[in-house]
Amino acid sequence: MSAENYGESVKNLLEASGVEVFDEVLVETSDGVRLKGVLMPRPEVGDPEVLVLKLENGYNIGIHVDRVSSIKSVGRREPAPLVELTLPRGVEKLPKVYFIGTGGTIASRIDYKTGAVYPFFSAEEIYSMVPELEEIAYIRAETLFSIFSEDMTPRHWQKLAERVAEVYRKEAPRGIVVAHGTDTMHYSAAALGFALRSAPGPVVFVGAQRSSDRPSSDSAFNVIGAVVAAIEAPFAESVIAMHGSVSDDVILVHRGVKARKMHTSRRDAFMSINALPLAEVELPSRRFRLLASKYRARRDEVEVKPRFSEKVALLKYYPGMDPSHLEWVIENGYRGVVLEGTGLGHVGSRLHGAVRRAVKEGLIVVMASQCIWGRINMNVYRTGVELLRAGVIPAGDMTPETAYVKLSWVLGQTDDVEEAVKLFEENLSGEYEERSEYRVYPGARWWA
Amino acid sequence: MKIDYKAVGLRCGLEIHQMLDTEHKLFCSCPTDLRRESGDYTFLRWLRPTRSEVGEMDPAARFEFEKGVHFLYEGYHQNTCLVEMDEEPPHDMNREALELALKFSLLVNGHPVDEIYTMRKIVIDGSNTTGFQRTALVSLGGEVYVDGKRVGIQTVCLEEDAARRIGEERESRRVHYRLDRLGVPLIEVATAPDIVTPEEARAVAHRIGLLLRSLGRVKRGLGSIRQDLNVSIRGGAKIEIKGVQYLDLIPRIIEYEVLRQLRLLEIRDELRKRGVREEELPFTPVDVSEVFARTKSKIARRALGKGGVALALRLKGFSGLLGREIQPGRRLGTELADRARYWAEVGGLFHSDELPKYGISEEEVEAVKGMLGCGEGDAFVLVFDERSRAEKALRAAWERAVEALHGVPEETRGANPDGTTRFLRPRPGSARMYPETDIRPIRVTQEYLEKLRSDLPEKPEAVWRKLVEKYKLSKELASEVFNSPYLYLFEELVEELDVQPSLAAATLTNTLKSLAREGVPVENLTEERIKEALRLVSRGKVAKEALPELLSAAAETPERSIEDIIEEKGLSTLSLSELEKIIDDVIAGNREAIEERGERAFGLLMGRVMAKVRGKVDGKVVAEKLRAKLTAYLSSRGRA
Repeated sequence: MSAENYGESVKNLLEASGVEVFDEVLVETSDGVRLKGVLMPRPEVGDPEVLVLKLENGYNIGIHVDRVSSIKSVGRREPAPLVELTLPRGVEKLPKVYFIGTGGTIASRIDYKTGAVYPFFSAEEIYSMVPELEEIAYIRAETLFSIFSEDMTPRHWQKLAERVAEVYRKEAPRGIVVAHGTDTMHYSAAALGFALRSAPGPVVFVGAQRSSDRPSSDSAFNVIGAVVAAIEAPFAESVIAMHGSVSDDVILVHRGVKARKMHTSRRDAFMSINALPLAEVELPSRRFRLLASKYRARRDEVEVKPRFSEKVALLKYYPGMDPSHLEWVIENGYRGVVLEGTGLGHVGSRLHGAVRRAVKEGLIVVMASQCIWGRINMNVYRTGVELLRAGVIPAGDMTPETAYVKLSWVLGQTDDVEEAVKLFEENLSGEYEERSEYRVYPGARWWA
Repeated sequence: MKIDYKAVGLRCGLEIHQMLDTEHKLFCSCPTDLRRESGDYTFLRWLRPTRSEVGEMDPAARFEFEKGVHFLYEGYHQNTCLVEMDEEPPHDMNREALELALKFSLLVNGHPVDEIYTMRKIVIDGSNTTGFQRTALVSLGGEVYVDGKRVGIQTVCLEEDAARRIGEERESRRVHYRLDRLGVPLIEVATAPDIVTPEEARAVAHRIGLLLRSLGRVKRGLGSIRQDLNVSIRGGAKIEIKGVQYLDLIPRIIEYEVLRQLRLLEIRDELRKRGVREEELPFTPVDVSEVFARTKSKIARRALGKGGVALALRLKGFSGLLGREIQPGRRLGTELADRARYWAEVGGLFHSDELPKYGISEEEVEAVKGMLGCGEGDAFVLVFDERSRAEKALRAAWERAVEALHGVPEETRGANPDGTTRFLRPRPGSARMYPETDIRPIRVTQEYLEKLRSDLPEKPEAVWRKLVEKYKLSKELASEVFNSPYLYLFEELVEELDVQPSLAAATLTNTLKSLAREGVPVENLTEERIKEALRLVSRGKVAKEALPELLSAAAETPERSIEDIIEEKGLSTLSLSELEKIIDDVIAGNREAIEERGERAFGLLMGRVMAKVRGKVDGKVVAEKLRAKLTAYLSSRGRA
């Protein structure tokens, strides 16, 4: 391990003293402190001229290079070799659940000697992290991507959709679980919701709001909920399984096209918007309870339409917004744009000319609401009426994110604008509810 | 038994945890005050042991998880936020707390590190919602001096306090915690094992406590400072004793621990003398249920009636040793039973040295011995429970018995109120620590340290001199205040509330001590309540004579306010006009005596008045008023 991230003076000192990172060292300071510890790699943050030592009591400390009067190596502390785990016996008889990793970590081990956290994504490690699974499922696992969820693109959605179809055809699992970072999980889940037209089982997205290297991680319970849903759900939809509260008491299964991450950090960050969840899994009993009566059922046939257009934009309107943002979209070869308008579906009159121009140039312009909850209605105010007349398509009660994913998918299916508009207006995967039920909005006095 | 601590090679180190009284918690902006009532909301969590690099789980941690132990947390809208709930990453480290820790380090000539790293120390008993305690090493080295002797300081750490355990539902294995205390900053001071007598340990703990309190913004009162002791003797083992809250208990705990280790070494030697070897102590439990088919023992009948078994294990060569006392009231058998309780939650583990007893008859004991093939020098342990649990309990007891062959097993023990200790948990392996990646390292510059150095509190000795020179206390009283836990409270009483120094000192030392001797639970008296009582005295609302009664009632009924107690007990001071009226009445009622004795009737009148106003008015005031009234009465009569 090199001394990267360390400053020049530290590098010179280490070289002159023949010390390398992960060496066990004896350090003496100018003020008479004698230290024994392991020289650690330097994190990217902080002062690069400070040496980081892991002392024998487990603590890391920093000693500035100017204070070091001598440093010498007395041994070497290689990160411990990782011990291979084996699959628990007898699990092959259980229903098969296939895990696809995209970068979210489910299992990890900590090297307490170096403080390193190793993420894992093998079936063996998943069992080891969540031993309850030994009673539930025969787990198989593969890593498809190792990226942060914010680095996901429509191209990744396409690959994921293709792989899901292939796994269903070749491995015939009872269900598929996709481990995914939570930030853009609802985009990917919506994407699979549109791309997978027919399947023998669900695609269950799962992640963790608290990293899996900590004992309090929500990862294990989310995974249990996801696996139970993958096996027991009568539906074959793309869904998200995450905590339903701050307690480890229920995992909610949200329809991917209706879900949204609504909190930066809480473990119950995901909510169904303008809808109720499809199902829930009670903990620790692992009882599956179906909440919805309408869903797409499991079917033998696997049908996937994995193409997404990368030329769709999502623009949020704000007071004072300059039309040039929308003009840039028009001039740069985009084929569709979702406007995240105000209230029932409005943007300022300054933008109306650009909107008309976009439609005239052959772009599909969709209106969703930045209110998140509620339904677009462009008939109530004159602004809305004018925008409708200009050719804007209302997104109904879809979230802006789902509208964006849907438009990307629709434009991946056809080049014909009229056909695309028709397709967009269809309810393809349960993304659209005709009725606005009272109970689907938590209310402004939610705490009372 | 008088122990020669030098001869047995006692070595003791202290770990002292002091709660800070900062405005905010260590990693969020919640206040640090503690709550008495139950929380505003609750939530439920499980904690999973994490695996180490070699795929291992901490055995104690795994055990708890597999038992299905889980946690119900109570949070407070005003005192806890998403950080304590582990629903939000920690905020930056509280600089006020860091400053206090660094100042303490400078007070003991420590060497602060140049960059501070916050670590996660794995703790999965539920006391931390995250499953780890956040802790940072702030400084290395340093020393304190006690009676001229140097005791080294090893480390000063800054860490977050844990949630408060308030109970457990045994059946559902649900442990209840309150979150108000979680995240309150603690300074942890660890000394080197330089302490060689029990009294010295107390003195060092007191010294460090004084230095901590001299920082000002630290919490005081019961539970705000906790001591852990590391005790070992030559040939024994390093035993960690947790959670000692009273300074005065420290010497006794150490004495009893030394005694325990000595006795365990004697037992080891005795076993060796008897030629007992590990190979002769196999784990071969025998089902002896048939012996107890018609037993009188209630425990046995209950367990067998529920389909349980009586399981016994022979311990070759242990006869007489299980019953041997190793601490007052605690035997080797108690140590075996502690383990059985911990690993199998079995309450009753019987051993042959204590039988026949508890309804188990002589015949039954003999029958068990027969079934186990016990010879003359052999002992047995016996448990009644459901089979797998009984076996677990016996195995745990057996493991402890085997350890007796090697002397003192390393373990973490908890202090009992009488100074003895009990098994708490196995000694953890090396600390399971890894960096807290949500918090950036903090650079401590020399300039910053210089600034802190110029702003250090005065040393405790300077305060002692002040007691004598400024507050004019006698040297004896000054020393008593200095050695009490109330030095800094004394200063506040005098400086902030204008209480007379001698009254404050006498109350904090003599009054509290004599109340304690009378059996009043003075440990219930918070500093706030003592302050409140003395505030009322200094304002003339309560006579100082009423203080003992007031403090006593305040200690007996901590839930009642000082004002209510005064009201109910009629302790409030009389107004001057009320006093005058009483004096007038007494004079009117004793005219005869006054006629007879004139000025000399004063003594008699004083007695009668005091009988009515004792504890409500200062005697001096009464005398003054009475003298004036009597003189006025006599002269008016003369003129008439």
